[in-house]
Amino acid sequence: MLEALGAVEFAPFWLSFKLAGLTTLILFFVSLPLAWYLATTRSRIKPVIEALTALPIVLPPSVLGFYLLISLSQSSPLGELLASWFDITLVFNFTGLVVASCFYSLPFMVQPLQGGFESLNPTMLEASYISGKSRMATLLRVALPNIKPALLTATIVTFAHTVGEFGVVLMVGGSIPDETKVASVAIYEMVEVMDYHSAHIYSGVMVVMSFLVLLSVYLFNRKQSHRFGL
Amino acid sequence: MLTIQTTKSLHGAKGEMLLSVDLEITKGEFVAIAGESGSGKTTLLRILAGLEQASGRIVIDGAVWLDGAVSLPVQERRIGFVFQEYALFPNMSVEEHLLFVNPDRALAQHLLAITQLTSLASRRPAYLSGGQKQRVSLCRAMMNRPQLLLMDEPLSALDPTMRSRLQQEILTLHKEFGTTTLMVSHDPSEIYRLASRVVVLEQGGVVADGSPKEILLKTTGSQKFSFEGEVLEIEKVDVIFVAVVAIGQQLVEVVISPEEAKHLTIGERVEVGVKAFAPILLR
Repeated sequence: MLEALGAVEFAPFWLSFKLAGLTTLILFFVSLPLAWYLATTRSRIKPVIEALTALPIVLPPSVLGFYLLISLSQSSPLGELLASWFDITLVFNFTGLVVASCFYSLPFMVQPLQGGFESLNPTMLEASYISGKSRMATLLRVALPNIKPALLTATIVTFAHTVGEFGVVLMVGGSIPDETKVASVAIYEMVEVMDYHSAHIYSGVMVVMSFLVLLSVYLFNRKQSHRFGL
Repeated sequence: MLTIQTTKSLHGAKGEMLLSVDLEITKGEFVAIAGESGSGKTTLLRILAGLEQASGRIVIDGAVWLDGAVSLPVQERRIGFVFQEYALFPNMSVEEHLLFVNPDRALAQHLLAITQLTSLASRRPAYLSGGQKQRVSLCRAMMNRPQLLLMDEPLSALDPTMRSRLQQEILTLHKEFGTTTLMVSHDPSEIYRLASRVVVLEQGGVVADGSPKEILLKTTGSQKFSFEGEVLEIEKVDVIFVAVVAIGQQLVEVVISPEEAKHLTIGERVEVGVKAFAPILLR
């Protein structure tokens, strides 16, 4: 068994985790103000923003990947602009994957955070405003520390979801070793060439790791709710 | 001096209602706001705090908090607010609650000492009783030395013993800080003990305004004693009838005539009064 594992090329896993880690980090800072805004606003455009944010959940990854490919490619106005001004290309390379993953995984970060913020007692937030604290200070010192379970769920699920993405990655990144060939794409290719042995090992590693990650989330959340006496 | 002239239309349980309040409150006064639920008491406090939009004018000691539609943000009004449901921060200890408002350690220690919370300073809200939580909320409200202290039924969730201890602490703090205080309350004994003035709201308007004595001592006609109660049972005993009436927590029996018995129904609200003779006190 160990011999079999030793023979496996682990670069695609490493790439998957690097992609997921970066995506989670970027999305955390993007989603925090967005989720806070959605949870506290009474604006009429809230449903529109919510629907746009949730779109990646319902769209087939190939549709999202197709639009991203079209809009990021060098023949699009955006792609042209990025290429000529910043010398950046965003298709068939790792940077492009990160951008695409941020779109793809956005709802998995925003929704748990928004739910966490909405579950907070509104008078508790008002008590913070009355204490002279701005909305930003209230977010960082009162709201965020009291939604730890939601925070953990959001980051872990975003990470796991990005590790598990396939369609968008394939559309935008293709399968370039050490650049865009992530674990899920690697498994697809192994099955295509009927290398079931490697596919088994890769898939098994994915299942075990995903389970351990989710288990630790649920264990942590249970402990937290005990601690806060909820 | 606090001047309140404010109007706001509310969508209450009984349909549209106009909250319209015009009050002058002397600095350092303790005012109780009474009235049925849905009369606009809480909304009035929230308007004063700046948590609710309204039009009109609010001026305190020369500082303009509201003028027309121009409203000073809640963060810049120097207020303390004590909510009925405490509204504490689960992630902070008792002491952190106080220092969150104002990093004045000496003041925090002093407040904790007055409210006997010193030994609980490092506990989080999950490990406090209701009375202790409300004390933390009270201390937190005093930490920025408020010009105006607002309390929305602060003691209604507590048992009578705890309530009376906290009343004393509220009074102590009110006097020591010289704060103008507005408290929503339903409890006549609480109002009598704490407030120097009572304002009664009904359907968004002020219907009574005076000292607790004037407003609360409701003895009309020649009655010396008069209590409101609910008829629980009407019983025939020989030739007379006896009604069992609940007055607060106390049940009393009252002899009534057959004619009266005919017109009374179980569950009806009645007034029990003593008229013809001087009452005696028993102990």
